[in-house]
Amino acid sequence: MRNWFKSGAPWIWLTGGAVSVSLVAVVGLLALIAWRGLSFFWPSTVYEFDLEELNGHRHTVIGELYDSELVPADRIIDSGVKLPEGHGEMIERFLLKTGNREYVDLDFRWIMETQIKGEQAPKDIAVFERSTNGNFYGYVVGLQQGEQAVNVSDMRGELIARMERAIELNGKADDLQHGPIGKINYRLERMRLEERGLELKGQLDAAAQQKFVDEREQLQQDYLVLEKELFAFREQASRDSVIVKDMDGREVNLPMAKILDVYFPNDMGFFAKFSHWVHQLVKFVVSEPREANTEGGVFPAIFGTVFMVMLMAVIVTPLGVVAAIYLHEYAKKGPITKMIRIAVINLAGVPSIVYGVFGLGFFVYMLGGSLDQLFYPEALPSPTFGSPGVIWSALTLAILTLPVVIVSTEEGLSRIPSSVRQGSLALGATKAETLWRIIIPMASPAIMTGLILAVARAAGEVAPLMLVGVVKMAPTLPLDGNFPYFHLERKFMHLGFHIYDVGFQSPNVEAARPLVYATAFLLVTVIVGLNMAAIGIRNHLREKFRSLDQ
Amino acid sequence: MAEEFSLSLAGSRKRLVKDKLAKYGVTTGAVLVLTALLLIFFYLLYVVQPIFEKAEIEKLVDVKLSQQANSLALGMEEQNEIAYRMSDNGLIEFIAIKGKQQGQVIKQHQLSGQVTSFAQTVPAKGMMAFGFADGSLEVVMPNFLVSYPNDIRQITPELRFPLGEERLEIDPQGQPLSHIAFELSDESAGIAAITKDGRALFMSLTGEEDMMTEEVVWEGEVTSLPDAPAKVDQLILLPNLRNLYVRSGNRLSIYDISDIDDVQLKGIKDISANQANVTRVELLTGASSLLVANDNGVISQWFEVASNGTRELTHIREFKAEGSVVDIAPEFFRKGFLTIDSNGYLDIFHTTGETQLLSEKISANALQSVAISPRANALLIETNGTLSVYRLENEHPEVTWSALWQEVWYEGYAEPDYVWQSTSASDDFEPKLSLVPISFGTIKAAMYAMLFAVPIALAGAIYTAYFMSSGVRKFVKPTVEIMEALPTVILGFLAGLWLAPLIEENMPGIVLLIVTLPLSMLLAAFVWHNLPKSVRQATPEGWHSLILIPIVIAVGYGAIAVSPTFEVWLFDGDARKYMTNELGINFDQRNSLVVGIAMGFAVIPTIFSIAEDAVFSVPKHLTNGSLALGATNWQTLVRVVILTASPGIFSAVMMGLGRAVGETMIVLMATGNTPVMDWSVFQGMRTLAANIAVEMPESEVGSSHYRVLFLAAFVLFVFTFCFNTVAEFVRQRLREKYSSL
Repeated sequence: MRNWFKSGAPWIWLTGGAVSVSLVAVVGLLALIAWRGLSFFWPSTVYEFDLEELNGHRHTVIGELYDSELVPADRIIDSGVKLPEGHGEMIERFLLKTGNREYVDLDFRWIMETQIKGEQAPKDIAVFERSTNGNFYGYVVGLQQGEQAVNVSDMRGELIARMERAIELNGKADDLQHGPIGKINYRLERMRLEERGLELKGQLDAAAQQKFVDEREQLQQDYLVLEKELFAFREQASRDSVIVKDMDGREVNLPMAKILDVYFPNDMGFFAKFSHWVHQLVKFVVSEPREANTEGGVFPAIFGTVFMVMLMAVIVTPLGVVAAIYLHEYAKKGPITKMIRIAVINLAGVPSIVYGVFGLGFFVYMLGGSLDQLFYPEALPSPTFGSPGVIWSALTLAILTLPVVIVSTEEGLSRIPSSVRQGSLALGATKAETLWRIIIPMASPAIMTGLILAVARAAGEVAPLMLVGVVKMAPTLPLDGNFPYFHLERKFMHLGFHIYDVGFQSPNVEAARPLVYATAFLLVTVIVGLNMAAIGIRNHLREKFRSLDQ
Repeated sequence: MAEEFSLSLAGSRKRLVKDKLAKYGVTTGAVLVLTALLLIFFYLLYVVQPIFEKAEIEKLVDVKLSQQANSLALGMEEQNEIAYRMSDNGLIEFIAIKGKQQGQVIKQHQLSGQVTSFAQTVPAKGMMAFGFADGSLEVVMPNFLVSYPNDIRQITPELRFPLGEERLEIDPQGQPLSHIAFELSDESAGIAAITKDGRALFMSLTGEEDMMTEEVVWEGEVTSLPDAPAKVDQLILLPNLRNLYVRSGNRLSIYDISDIDDVQLKGIKDISANQANVTRVELLTGASSLLVANDNGVISQWFEVASNGTRELTHIREFKAEGSVVDIAPEFFRKGFLTIDSNGYLDIFHTTGETQLLSEKISANALQSVAISPRANALLIETNGTLSVYRLENEHPEVTWSALWQEVWYEGYAEPDYVWQSTSASDDFEPKLSLVPISFGTIKAAMYAMLFAVPIALAGAIYTAYFMSSGVRKFVKPTVEIMEALPTVILGFLAGLWLAPLIEENMPGIVLLIVTLPLSMLLAAFVWHNLPKSVRQATPEGWHSLILIPIVIAVGYGAIAVSPTFEVWLFDGDARKYMTNELGINFDQRNSLVVGIAMGFAVIPTIFSIAEDAVFSVPKHLTNGSLALGATNWQTLVRVVILTASPGIFSAVMMGLGRAVGETMIVLMATGNTPVMDWSVFQGMRTLAANIAVEMPESEVGSSHYRVLFLAAFVLFVFTFCFNTVAEFVRQRLREKYSSL
């Protein structure tokens, strides 16, 4: 034993253990996010519990099983809950998602195993996904068209058909609202600014004024026509309703226009559940968030992240590559170049929030403020570029990721054997030609790697964005059908910030938590994917030049 | 030969030009990019710099005063265009100090009767009271109406009478009022007065709005103060109408006047400075502090401090002017004040910053009276019948080195303390901008993170570089690199929403885990050691960590699973309550332990990959030599490899520290963000970075708060930049050393 300790073998095992801990932590973390994020979309069984209170009062509760835990009985008693005689030391309790938010105080409730007298999963429990107030659980009792009851034999089929009709009509109404009506509003706002601009220049004469009045009149008329159409759609959509019996035996009338989806989870086979899961997953990615971001999808956040990151990539690539080429090919080798190189590497280690502060002060207030003074005086005092926006976010992150691109490109340049350069020069090419025809193409995988790493870093960075452009709810995307199409001054939504906001700032954290996991999973997938790609390209590159060297 | 060469190139002049262009293009581009990076440093500095500037004044204009009566009060309106002056002959003048009418009296009002005393409310309210020889009192308020005829701003002065134009009878016996004090708040007002025959009176007024005429009707009640000093020099009334101070020479009698039917003398206090006599007492903005001026130039600040359940007027700090202080003018909204003295000096002080911002001799003669504008950007000084207008530049008086980094005795606090509290709803709030608590939080968070990360990362790096088989290494390295790429917002969210409740619920299990994990590894090693040789040799070398993975998982799961049982057994079923009640440890759900683990997790890959590189690049002949001389693997590692790689390991730790210090999202999400100063592992903290993220979006551009946040960013920048530079420098040196070996 002593010899064994003396040999140092146990310590080797301990160092090995450190690696195992790290590996378990990384893989466990990724697995946790993936499991929690993906299982959220799986249609889980809806249970109906018979509960008995201590005073003998019996009632039923319908809900999805959300969580369960084993708690010491003492802790439950301490929290003021009475337990029946003969309970064990540990008590299992379950967190139920009961939905029906407008009829119960809390849409989540804990029940204890001691309360449960019966448990079943009836096949005809329906889950309604609604545009407001969250899910509704209950039994479908009947359908109504206006005030009239609809009598059909296939209740479910009819329900789904009528729901789809309402969804289609609502969709048309939404298209109208966001399309032509949005356009009119945008045009009106532009006209207000144009008018103010002319006024500031002193060119707002009677003719110009008349032009504005005429156009406004025209827009107003267009608007009235569209509005009528819109109301017609909405009116038609709200024709039907469904009557549902909830867990308290109450019959509730749910308007069809508010229902987004209905399914019967206890009556689904594996494949039905799987297709529902895929359907939900797709919906999560492509739809807009609802109810203060705690429900619905994350499309604007995905779009915002991608848009900002692409904008950043466009800015950072040429700058980073030029700087790297200068440092490696043109700058004289000496202490100054060395110092610059160290400084650039170190900038990668400067906290991102510092870049955020810089971006806010320099880009937003100084640069944006001056732009407003020069080009958008008509909108003042409300800022155009002088407030956080997607362009400033992209610029800030470009500066943040510049060192990544420079370092990676330089590494790629230094891997190119000097024989290649000399060969090119010896054949009479100028330095610029050598660079352009030989060096840059050969270094392009390294540039690519740097860019991917930069994009991955930028996609996950949140702290600086909180200062320079991200918001919890952006009414419009930075890209739309209104001239000039790219609205770089607009604020945007971001996946990372969405996680922070929904997980920590939302009023109903419990309800939002699975959504946060799902969003986190999405973000992790994107970033891990990008990094894997970068690593793959890097390894491939190394192999390629290893053979060149020999 | 040379000629031929140049000839051949002459044909391709275009190419040469292109070559040159490319060179200059790349160079300029690169220089621009690099300057842009440098710009960060200078821009931060540029924003921070104004907070350390001293105050400056510049004389704008001299106005000759028309008549020689003594000034009772000076003042001006917000735009610094019109000044007013109240004289002891009852004349109130409005004087233009800017524009076409500069120097002219544009409006005046004469109060009838002989003025015997005068009082002012706190400057933000801007009312004045005159006491007359017939025992009556008049309250006036200069008011300025702003209108924009033809888009040009025009300010018209007027005089208002808040208590009505009719005079208020204070002394029923009609004696002259020799001293008065006046304050008015929403619907009540208080007037304290000393009559010529030495009676001290206090009048409480309540106003009621007449429904019909919408005029406020004031009704009052007079009572006399018990035990009033025989000779009174000054009366000071607090705007909340609770306390009245009566100064007699150096002694201050403190009256509780909150109940008009029961006015009490609470105590008498000597407030003079050492061997000096009090010349004047003034209230600082917010009316919590008294500024006591002495004839030797000392101005001391006093406020009530709660001790043993009572509130006692306490001497807090002192300032020193050149000569005997003639007049004090407190600022309207900040905790600063100006003094003028008998030697002709003007001094500007700030109490929180404990600083003298300016001391300038502006006249050979004694100065008579001083006033500051509401926006604290202009001054009026009266000397010998001349009114001088000065422009004052004093943007950030509250930020000084001592206010940022030293203990400050804030108003209402029991003792000097480090406090960060930057904003509040009220106007006269004293900003508490001590960077100490948040710097402390930064260090605390980084320390716990390093405590968690350094052992794991270094041990892991050493194992991976030195013992691990190359097949496993190929898979481990990218995994750790992926770990580095994980967005911190995800780590923070997991820490806050998953880990924090998990730790709170399973406190005993976590402690158990920390103890049993290394033990179980050793145990596993021992078991392995005693396994038959055939089994051991069947597995390749360097697979230790793979073998240990199931053990880590099992122990981790086991520790959490037995946690509730453990809790019932040891802590009566509730470890958290047990800790609070029995051990007296405060427990926050989002505490340093959570931050330590989460941020440690973020830092591990940084340290790991650099340290691993350093260990791996130790030349093989060194280790081979050591092994050949009979050292064991472990001895070689400790005596040769780690020693050789130690600079690299050091630089890895420095880089990790740099990252931990600047991390924002994890701290933001995994702690409560309360700026407490406590090393306890079960309490949260607020760090520089998180503080910036929380407060920056709401901070007003150009304000002191904004600049202090920039300073915090600058501190972070310099801190991490220095750390990284040292680390990088050490690393490069090491690389050169190896290449020579």
